[in-house]
Amino acid sequence: MGKVLVFVQHDQGRVLKGSLCALSAARQLATAWGSEGIVALVLGPGAKTAADEVSHFGVQSVLYSDSPLFERYRSEPYGRAIALAASQLGASTVVALANSTGKDCLPRVSVLLDAAQASDITAVNGDGTLKRPMYAGNIMADVELQSANRVVSVRGTAFPPAERGSAPPGSVGELPLAGDAELHEQPRFGEVLGYELSKAERPELADAEIVVSGGRALASAENFQKVIFPLADALKAAVGASRAAVDSGYAPNDWQVGQTGKVVAPNLYIAVGISGAIQHLAGMKDSKVIVAINKDPDAPIFEVADYGLVADLFQVAPELTTAVAGIRS
Amino acid sequence: MKILVPIKRVPDWQIKLKLLPDGSGVQTDGIKWIINTFDEIAVEEAIRLKERGIASEIVLVSIGPADVRQRLEYALAMGADSAILVKHDGPVDSDLASRALAAVFKRGDYALVLMGKQAIDSDSGQTAQLLAARLNLPQACFASKVAIDGGAAVVTREVDGGLETLKIPLPCVVSTDLRLNEPRYAALPNLMKAKKKPFEETSLEALGVAQEVKVRVKALSIPLGRKAGKKVASVAELVSALQNEAKVL
Repeated sequence: MGKVLVFVQHDQGRVLKGSLCALSAARQLATAWGSEGIVALVLGPGAKTAADEVSHFGVQSVLYSDSPLFERYRSEPYGRAIALAASQLGASTVVALANSTGKDCLPRVSVLLDAAQASDITAVNGDGTLKRPMYAGNIMADVELQSANRVVSVRGTAFPPAERGSAPPGSVGELPLAGDAELHEQPRFGEVLGYELSKAERPELADAEIVVSGGRALASAENFQKVIFPLADALKAAVGASRAAVDSGYAPNDWQVGQTGKVVAPNLYIAVGISGAIQHLAGMKDSKVIVAINKDPDAPIFEVADYGLVADLFQVAPELTTAVAGIRS
Repeated sequence: MKILVPIKRVPDWQIKLKLLPDGSGVQTDGIKWIINTFDEIAVEEAIRLKERGIASEIVLVSIGPADVRQRLEYALAMGADSAILVKHDGPVDSDLASRALAAVFKRGDYALVLMGKQAIDSDSGQTAQLLAARLNLPQACFASKVAIDGGAAVVTREVDGGLETLKIPLPCVVSTDLRLNEPRYAALPNLMKAKKKPFEETSLEALGVAQEVKVRVKALSIPLGRKAGKKVASVAELVSALQNEAKVL
């Protein structure tokens, strides 16, 4: 087997925790498949800083490019650059975090490399097959990739972040872009007209240690903010929401935890006024400790909760906020 | 402007799935089938583009056994114009699906492919992007808003941390997220009329597409469920348990 290339994502040079989890998965893949080592690619503004950092994580070499082509993420130049780096580094496997960027561009890499792809893997089995969820996590599949080149997207919460090694750092070099003439066909790649970002004063939902989620029982966007935000802030937690709460407009779309939203696995997940539809459970059932607050004692959320409090959330959630603030101060 | 809408038939998400005794697949005898949730949203969006006078024709395509016809007829009853069924009884992975869809795309003069961001059975989320790459077309995935502006699609995408607006030239592939729209129900009289709309059956062979799959499912299993823990009577008891027992506070 050739090498394993990890596409490492970062924010202005700061490596995403989820990409370190992808790096862990890459190590397991390299062992299971007898690969010739691990290499990495970093793209976009701050790529050199991130590449220097990544070189300390047990990789043989890191390529980077901060060419204007990669200033904003777009699927085509990113997909092409990843495929180009794979061929230049002799990698037969490409691995990346299954976040919105990884999900978007990896299949394009699969086509360019004529590779088989497994999405959102949660484990690397000893026999070289990969475990991945299907049917919203109600069924787990062991899949075999039947091609020489392989592409794998990784569920970040299923692997521990890789740790910095003590070995000498791998080499860091710039990705030569001359190898792919089509990389320079700008007009076809389109143009990012703008972003509308949710406020980022709280931890990132996907890798927060604690998540507080609100459901339909909050009954209004105003209540959601009044009840959930203070509790989350007291716990320094990320805020999530059920599909019902998002559908009702209490919380923005990208806060949705569940099958069709984000999959989270924090140390502590507090579900406030969430009944626990299958689609929600699929997104949080791997959390270490689950707390449910709901006034309906028969709510399905209690079937997965470690601690259930049957009570009126409008009374007990503020009480909990006060109690937590007392402990934390 | 002609739109191609690929749809996948999947088991109804509301049923509790059982595995075949040997774990090689899911029991599908006699179960209720639906159009993949995200694909139904794509059908609805195509119909709205036609109602606004932007699209001229909506062609559906699906890959699967003969009785997938019923799902295609439902989408025709929603308002699509014609359907193509690529009849195939064997396994289909994202790669094979994308190769078959690319062959269908090349036969028509399509300006836009609208399809779901993932199928709710296999949950791979690859086919739209694979198709775009195979056809060397631009893509806009996870759409929560779609507009056509002259020769370009302006798509609002749901990305981590918020929304991104992307403008890409036509022809292109757009994959739909959950909140793009709420699909209409097909009215009963339309279901009858749908049976008279143009319906073509073809095969992978006729399209010149090899049947091989690259991803083989070796085994399926049902994950162990979590056990219910205990009920606490008060906030004080909860906080104490989180501090002393679970040690997460």
